[in-house]
Amino acid sequence: MATSPSDLSPTPPAVAESPPFSANLGRRYGMDWLFQLAAWLATVIAIAVLAWLLLDVLNQGLGRIDWQFLTSFPSRRPQNAGIIGALAGTFWVMIIVAVVAFPVGVGAGLYLEEFSGDNWFTRLIEINISNLAGVPSIIYGLLGLAAFVRLMEPVTGGRSVLAGALTLALLILPIIIVATREALRGVPDSIRMAGLAMGGTRWQVVSAHVLPAALSGILTGVILALSRAIGETAPLITIGALTFVPFTPGCTPDFPYFNPLDLLRCPVDVLQSPFTVMPIQIFNWISRPQKAFHENAAAAIIVLMVMLVGMNSLAIILRSRFQRPRP
Amino acid sequence: MTVKPTTSSPQASLWQPNRRRSRRIEGLVRALCFVFAAISILTTLGIVLTLIFETFDLFFDPFFRQALWVHRLPTMLPNASPAELQALGDQIQALDPKQLASQASRVGLDPPSRLAGFFYALRRFFTDTRWTPLFQNPNFGIFVLVSATLLTSAIALLVAIPLGLLIAIFLSEYAAPRVRQVLKPVLELIAGVPSVVFGYFALLTVTPFLQGWIPPLQGFNALSAGLVLGISITPLVASLSEDAINAVPQDLRQGAFAMGATKRETIQAVVLPAALSGIVASIILAASRAIGETMIVSLAAGQNPQPIDASLSFINPFIPVMTMTAFIVQVSLGDAPFGSLAYKTIFAVGMSLFVMTLGLNILSYWFVRRFREKYE
Repeated sequence: MATSPSDLSPTPPAVAESPPFSANLGRRYGMDWLFQLAAWLATVIAIAVLAWLLLDVLNQGLGRIDWQFLTSFPSRRPQNAGIIGALAGTFWVMIIVAVVAFPVGVGAGLYLEEFSGDNWFTRLIEINISNLAGVPSIIYGLLGLAAFVRLMEPVTGGRSVLAGALTLALLILPIIIVATREALRGVPDSIRMAGLAMGGTRWQVVSAHVLPAALSGILTGVILALSRAIGETAPLITIGALTFVPFTPGCTPDFPYFNPLDLLRCPVDVLQSPFTVMPIQIFNWISRPQKAFHENAAAAIIVLMVMLVGMNSLAIILRSRFQRPRP
Repeated sequence: MTVKPTTSSPQASLWQPNRRRSRRIEGLVRALCFVFAAISILTTLGIVLTLIFETFDLFFDPFFRQALWVHRLPTMLPNASPAELQALGDQIQALDPKQLASQASRVGLDPPSRLAGFFYALRRFFTDTRWTPLFQNPNFGIFVLVSATLLTSAIALLVAIPLGLLIAIFLSEYAAPRVRQVLKPVLELIAGVPSVVFGYFALLTVTPFLQGWIPPLQGFNALSAGLVLGISITPLVASLSEDAINAVPQDLRQGAFAMGATKRETIQAVVLPAALSGIVASIILAASRAIGETMIVSLAAGQNPQPIDASLSFINPFIPVMTMTAFIVQVSLGDAPFGSLAYKTIFAVGMSLFVMTLGLNILSYWFVRRFREKYE
């Protein structure tokens, strides 16, 4: 703390006016108790609200989930409606998001951590990435609308699976890059030194030693990023994902409605198909006035949350493998 | 491994690195990774250019030129009767916007310049008190949407700041390590809930619940949207503030205890001030998140822009309002054709949203750098 010369003068500070010091411990401990209670209550409130939300959704929707609900297309009659169109849309969008965002994000992370020094370009990218992470997701939707739906229409086919997936891929790219860099930083330098000392090029060292060591950490980050993308609604509404989709992307019009091999058999049908996803189906059902549709929404929320919990458990398993000391 | 007899020299079976090939592969990979890293810059550029381009396209739209033209008629023709002005105004608005200059002779008056139309549009954007861009007689007062966004965000912060801060204090100062280990993932769970689920909760659970206590509360309202929005950003405030509080060195706390301060006094007088920059930054980031949040507010807060006037309906939390993000969602669901006024308007709204969140993000970054206390 700065000390000005006047503080050093011998005149004593004016303590005489202030009341004599009284410990008053009883009142002070009382205040302490109140404060601790408030902190405890705040935590309880947050968890109680979460529990309220989950119980309410379960209560409303659990009875609605059956095989018919999982395998039916949307319908004007709530009891006939189902989520197969949204499930297939989410499935395809997430596959393509992963295929696009994984190599690009990891490559960008590799470039920043392994292939470049500390120069103006890397610093620019770093600032840029932290800024991108703060951009509202709906703005990415506007970018996707202008760039992927309109500008690249001959490739994407307009308001399609591909346009939606590319938009979401851009959205989660900053998360994957940051996670990749963290994982790469966790790999001890001695491994790189040893590889380089053996005469390997940087890429040989990275591909044979650093990447395998960092892989589970990277995968954890990618899965967490995908679990963010799977719940995103706003950007896909903005690029014009449909709210009523009585078909699935690809060339499997009948049961089981979607087949991963469609990506090889009829890639254009899959990529350029109009689509909907789970959150948009939920949004659509919430905004209907009938109560029965709200139950459908709750049931679809349960399915979505189960998918999220599954992805997060996978991430936790991978993370625990990552944290195990290397042999 | 068996060594096959070879006709060449014995060195052939030894390791012979193809250094040139390795270098070439390395160069290729390096270039590819560079391109991937540059994509993040292209994304930013794409966002900024898209928003600027479409916003300018809106402000240069002939609609505003025609509107300015009608607006200027009384000064151009001071002697005309109101009926004549009305007829002339209708005639101007009926002109084909694409050929304003060539058709001006039909009216017999010069149209305003394109630049004048641009500045008129800018003025309308910032001074109109209504937001009705899809009506026959549109108004473009962006502050109608901004006020609704600020209203829901303010309610959200009123929830998230005390809750988030107290949770951060509880986790870092009071909770036993084992309790903390259980509670932290549970709180992270809140951050992982998709916003559309919070929207369901706000509209179909919280609003009916609150209506039992507050009878004038309407089905769509800013209050329950703001409250649930606050819960959804609480983990952000809590985890960033907890990081800031954990960064305060233990010596400071022990110094305060040695002076006879109680735990609460230590936290309030020593720990919180020392962590202030991080805490404020977390609050600013949470505000930025609240402003950009879409699904909760478009589901639960409604689609009714409230005019900015003396009735103060635009700050009434019990009635439906329309935030910036809700407007973008409304137009997107309506499938606005490319190039239409509505299509361009969502980019202008997006631009305003982007500027606000970017400003807040930069502010929080600056705040941390400017006011961070460094302890060695």
